[in-house]
Amino acid sequence: MWKFSVRRILIMIPQLFVLSLLIFVLAKMMPGDALSGQIDPNIDPERIEELRIEMGWYDPWHEQYASWVGGVMKGDFGMSFRFKMPVTELIGQRIVNSFWLSVATLILTYLIAIPLGITSGRYNDTFRDQLITGYSYVGFATPLFIFALVMLWIFGFQLQWFPTSGSVEPGMQPGTFDYFMSKFYHLLLPALSMALITTFSTILYLRNEIIDTKQKDFILLARSKGASESRVYNQHIFRNSLLPIAAFFGFEITGLIGGSIFIENIFGYPGMGQLLIESISLRDFSVVTATTLLFGVASILGALISDIILSLVDPRIRIK
Amino acid sequence: MAEKLLEIKNLKTSFRIKDDYFAAVDDVSLNVNKNEVLAIVGESGCGKSALAFSIMGLHTRAKMEGDILYKGENIVGISASKLNKLRGKHMGMIFQDPLTALNPLMIIGDQIGEALLLHNKELSKTQRKEKVINLLNKVGIPRAEYVYEQFPHELSGGMRQRVVIATAIANEPEILIADEPTTALDVTIQSQILDLIKDLKEDMNSGIVLITHDLGVVAEMADRVAVMYAGEIVEIAEVTTLFEEPLHPYTRSLFNSVPNASEEQDRLHVIQGIVPSLQNLPRNGCRFAPRIPWIDGSAHEAHPQLHEIKPGHFVRCTCYKHFHFPEEVRKEEEHHGVS
Repeated sequence: MWKFSVRRILIMIPQLFVLSLLIFVLAKMMPGDALSGQIDPNIDPERIEELRIEMGWYDPWHEQYASWVGGVMKGDFGMSFRFKMPVTELIGQRIVNSFWLSVATLILTYLIAIPLGITSGRYNDTFRDQLITGYSYVGFATPLFIFALVMLWIFGFQLQWFPTSGSVEPGMQPGTFDYFMSKFYHLLLPALSMALITTFSTILYLRNEIIDTKQKDFILLARSKGASESRVYNQHIFRNSLLPIAAFFGFEITGLIGGSIFIENIFGYPGMGQLLIESISLRDFSVVTATTLLFGVASILGALISDIILSLVDPRIRIK
Repeated sequence: MAEKLLEIKNLKTSFRIKDDYFAAVDDVSLNVNKNEVLAIVGESGCGKSALAFSIMGLHTRAKMEGDILYKGENIVGISASKLNKLRGKHMGMIFQDPLTALNPLMIIGDQIGEALLLHNKELSKTQRKEKVINLLNKVGIPRAEYVYEQFPHELSGGMRQRVVIATAIANEPEILIADEPTTALDVTIQSQILDLIKDLKEDMNSGIVLITHDLGVVAEMADRVAVMYAGEIVEIAEVTTLFEEPLHPYTRSLFNSVPNASEEQDRLHVIQGIVPSLQNLPRNGCRFAPRIPWIDGSAHEAHPQLHEIKPGHFVRCTCYKHFHFPEEVRKEEEHHGVS
């Protein structure tokens, strides 16, 4: 188990290297820089060129890369042009918001998907199952950003059950219970909107797995031992059917990142996704690379978590 | 008179395809006696396994009609909890493919132990483990203590089949149903497994229903043989009678299809056509007639019945009286040509 985890973590090093390289090169290829268009047009273009040279814009790319990576290692992502503050500090506030949004979405996703998937798989081809699969197909077909807008309009503006933007009520004292509740209240609608849409894959996966496992010989063997229906499901079917869901967990995280970019923008939720989009449009180079890198790292960590979970639940993967 | 353990009367198991029910087991009547091996033979798709599953109540969505009496008590349509008291305790089943018959996420000990746990709640954990290890020893698994902790994927096919057998016999059932227990194994392991089943029968005096398409296995193991075709039993006899004097055209065709090492043959006999699918089964007249088209239609009965030729030897339809193989026809014709 430990050997497996250590080996699996070592694999991450080249992954991270390639990721950082790719992000850096792609970001460099973006047209324009922070000085184009963002600066007073009355400034002498020669002065701008001087500034560029000063900031290292014309240095060979590998040198730029080395100094960037060196900074990243120390937790220094450079300065944001727009906010005039260190990127690390800027991200620090938002990463916590995004983290909680993702956790809430994941919990809601599984809370919705697992019971529905199990019901659908266990009673396949009944009315209940058709209802659930119908819902998942609708979820599959609905674009997240449209659905999120509809949710915002209905529950945020029409019914006014939920706040429509921000991550916390202004004027709250951090650390108090009210502050925490306000945070929770603010992320509920975005998390629910995303969860309702992203559950479909988990539901359908789980359903198919259960239907598949149900017909396996070892289930017949369990029945022929005299195991009751509930025992057959609890002891034999569910655990086997949850394997691919565990394997899917990492991708779920990757999907969440993509989704959170939409969701955070629509709900005006100050997280990483919102920051990324804003920074791209303002050519805030250091923020873009930092957020993209962190998203990439989150995906890699997601895959790592998947593999470790899988090795815990599936004895065939364990390395002795 | 042998003691009847299981009495199957007019059993009909039907499956729903689209909106109709089609019988995979059609009006089957059989007895299984104590300390006897009853072999059920036939091609793939003739309803052997469907019959075995019916006895164990493993069809979850089939319509079952008729009676299956276990020691005089009907077990068709009884509640799930009653059925679960029988299964595993009084009836055990050995499955065809040991590679898929074990839960990949459970250690061997727990899988066998589950059968004990379900029917004997008084056993303590240590007693259960002890019993499981005894069972593993009984089915000839070396290093039982070690295997107890292993997962199925760490064992070979033959070993896994031994585990499946250990599970089936954990509570010393009186009826053991073996659904092609050796089909998925290689030849040397096959004979070991068959010997094991034989020994266990001697040990427990149980009645064994052995489902197979291997006539060699039948000859080695069976006391009585039932030949199934298209969901029906076409011939039942004592094993020696059946091997010496097979009557039904289907039985004779099966025997004729077995490669014979002592005789030189250019071609193996092939039974024409395939077993018709459930939806295309002829439901009237002799079901085997379409596969022996050279036999005149008048040879068949309109509603074929089982006829008792000799005590204990039953044959369905009258066509057996007129049956011959196509090669024999040619010989007859040549003969006529000369004279």
